[in-house]
Amino acid sequence: MIHLNIGPIIRKEFRQIRRDRRALGILIFLPAFMLVMVGYALNFDVKHLAVAVYDEDKSSTSRDFVAGMVQSEYFDLRYAVKSKQEIDPLLENGDATVAFVIPNDFSRLLLSGKEARVQVLIDGSNSNTASIAQGYVALAVQDYSNKILVQWLEKRGKHLELPITIEPKLWYNPDLKSAKYLIPGLFGLILMIVTVISTSLSIVREKEQGTMEQLKTSPLWSNEIILGKTIPYLLISIIAATIIMIFGWLLFDVSIKGSIPLLYGAIILFLIGGLGQGMLISNIAQTQQVAFIMSVFSSLLPSFLLSGFVFPISSMPWVLQAISNVIPAKFFLVVVRSIILKGVGLPAFWEQFIYLFLFALITIGISTIRLQRELSR
Amino acid sequence: MIQERNDSYAVVVEGLTKTFGPFTAVDDMHFKVRKGEIFGFLGPNGAGKSTTIRMLCGLLAPTTGGAMVGGYDVGKDPDSVKAIIGYMSQRFSLYDDLTVEQNIRFYGGIYGLPGSRLEERKSWAIEMAGLKGKAGSLTRTLSGGWKQRLALGCAILHEPPIVFLDEPTGGVDPVSRRNFWDLIYALSSAGTTVFVTTHYLDEAEHCNTIGLIYSGRLIAFGSPTELKHKLDQYKILEVVCGNPVDAMDALQTQPWVVETSIFGSAFHVSTTGLQDPEESIRSELTRQGIPVDRIEGIPPSLEDVFIHLIAEEDKQ
Ligand SMILES: Nc1ncnc2c1ncn2[C@@H]1O[C@H](COP(=O)(O)OP(=O)(O)O)[C@@H](O)[C@H]1O
Ligand SMILES: [Mg+2]
Repeated sequence: MIHLNIGPIIRKEFRQIRRDRRALGILIFLPAFMLVMVGYALNFDVKHLAVAVYDEDKSSTSRDFVAGMVQSEYFDLRYAVKSKQEIDPLLENGDATVAFVIPNDFSRLLLSGKEARVQVLIDGSNSNTASIAQGYVALAVQDYSNKILVQWLEKRGKHLELPITIEPKLWYNPDLKSAKYLIPGLFGLILMIVTVISTSLSIVREKEQGTMEQLKTSPLWSNEIILGKTIPYLLISIIAATIIMIFGWLLFDVSIKGSIPLLYGAIILFLIGGLGQGMLISNIAQTQQVAFIMSVFSSLLPSFLLSGFVFPISSMPWVLQAISNVIPAKFFLVVVRSIILKGVGLPAFWEQFIYLFLFALITIGISTIRLQRELSR
Repeated sequence: MIQERNDSYAVVVEGLTKTFGPFTAVDDMHFKVRKGEIFGFLGPNGAGKSTTIRMLCGLLAPTTGGAMVGGYDVGKDPDSVKAIIGYMSQRFSLYDDLTVEQNIRFYGGIYGLPGSRLEERKSWAIEMAGLKGKAGSLTRTLSGGWKQRLALGCAILHEPPIVFLDEPTGGVDPVSRRNFWDLIYALSSAGTTVFVTTHYLDEAEHCNTIGLIYSGRLIAFGSPTELKHKLDQYKILEVVCGNPVDAMDALQTQPWVVETSIFGSAFHVSTTGLQDPEESIRSELTRQGIPVDRIEGIPPSLEDVFIHLIAEEDKQ
């Protein structure tokens, strides 16, 4: 049995992390900040739009129509105005985002089976919100027309079951860019930051301070130094991942549908790849600044931009699509989204799993050999 | 490579060479350090002192040649060498963001000291560094002299028989330097071999043996007294006058002047082949119209020796 003397380095590393404000910031506040930012600011769902209605028809049919519109969580009826002139100021001041003008022949036309028109005004100052609102309106109107159609047919003794029910969120947010979808993806980013940046910085700092020389002349094996310097960051990253999952569940109602051991397996595999990447950077960089910049460029940016986290890979130029194939975060995202959102098992993503394994093997392999060479000399 | 296993030597260096690309930092070095002595490795900045010491500690592979440290070949068996040496690098190798006690515990831990011995050595190191009552202070807050003594304490927690100190007194005040040398004496009298590099000549006087290194080559080796005898063939005089620069220029043209060098407000002249060099200097300076305040024959200092040796080296 080989006795590994890694306790002193691990203890020392935790002591230093506890004292180092910047490390604490990177390890704890950055994940928390990103969670909140992604959860709320990047929350692409538009809900509770203020609605103003001018109902010229004043019939039970028109009231029914308005009620159908505002019963969803997307629209809140705020203003029922008495003239058309009152609508413009409401939209201009931003008090209302959407306004409906129901003409006085609305119910008459509908009941006689003719086409009725409703005027919809949308505040276009925020084009994103405007187009989403437009989508909701179209859907709601469609929904209402279907209902009328069914009623109309039933009156004539025919029964019609509409084959399709439409879920507005799916329809108008085809990439599913909601908090629920993004939080599982956050793993990719936060784990990359924590592992790559902190591993590379902690090793390069010892070089900068000259303490690495002292470790090298100690009787420690190079593998003991490598393990001692990486295990603390592995542990912290696992804790960070757990914190994100708990917050995701508490704040955004994201629960893990699939196997938790499998999820942790994927996380640890991915983290080991990140540790290897951090070690590789520490081989090359001589100062902490350089190590930091290299870490950010090689992990944070690609896993944000090229992993499919924000921008769909299919709409990227082919060069970037090709590059995305070596970004481990891309494969990790597939795995965690499959486990967390879909609850599926290994058969659905074994290829991604193997890639993560290879990435970890290659980065750890190369960097360990290089560090061993550096440390034993 | 090195067959000799001489028990009375702690360090045996044979043909040690290190090149960085086209540049030779350490050039075919040969010397031996006796067990228990203080060996001073002396030379100007960039001479190759640190490079040599790093090869001896197994941190850097020699390009050619080799060395035995404590009987182990640094090239073939660096792990055995690491177990029997203490090393203090040129920069203080302490963790600034840990306390005094945490640093000691960490170094004790990586040297594998068991708990009871670690406690004992910890008290020893704190006492030795003069840090009693400061065990809980952050190392960052200590002054240079304290940090240095603590770094030494950490480097020798495991009581190695051979200690390498690379410019341990660089950049600290004279009192701290003095205190540090007291620690080196104590180590040596307890039987530890101390291999210390410095560019301070006054520190070299405290060593049992000195190696002078210049441009990667060992240009002199011996005890301070032996080295001073190298100048026996020359007579050295200290001259005080109002215009030392002109005086030195004037004397340098004389065939019997080997070299001149400035020492504070005075200068030293080494001469060769003269019966009464004092009279010759006085008459030459008077002829040049330079008034002389004082001339006196002096025993050579190490500095005279080194200036002489380096000047000779540069001539080649
Ligand atoms: N890793 C290196 N690569 C290239 N040159 C080096 C390296 N290390 C030292 N040198 C050069 O070797 C020479 C000797 O350096 P060093 O041993 O540090 O001198 P000293 O310790 O006597 O001041 C210097 O000119 C230095 O620039
Ligand atoms: Mg040096």
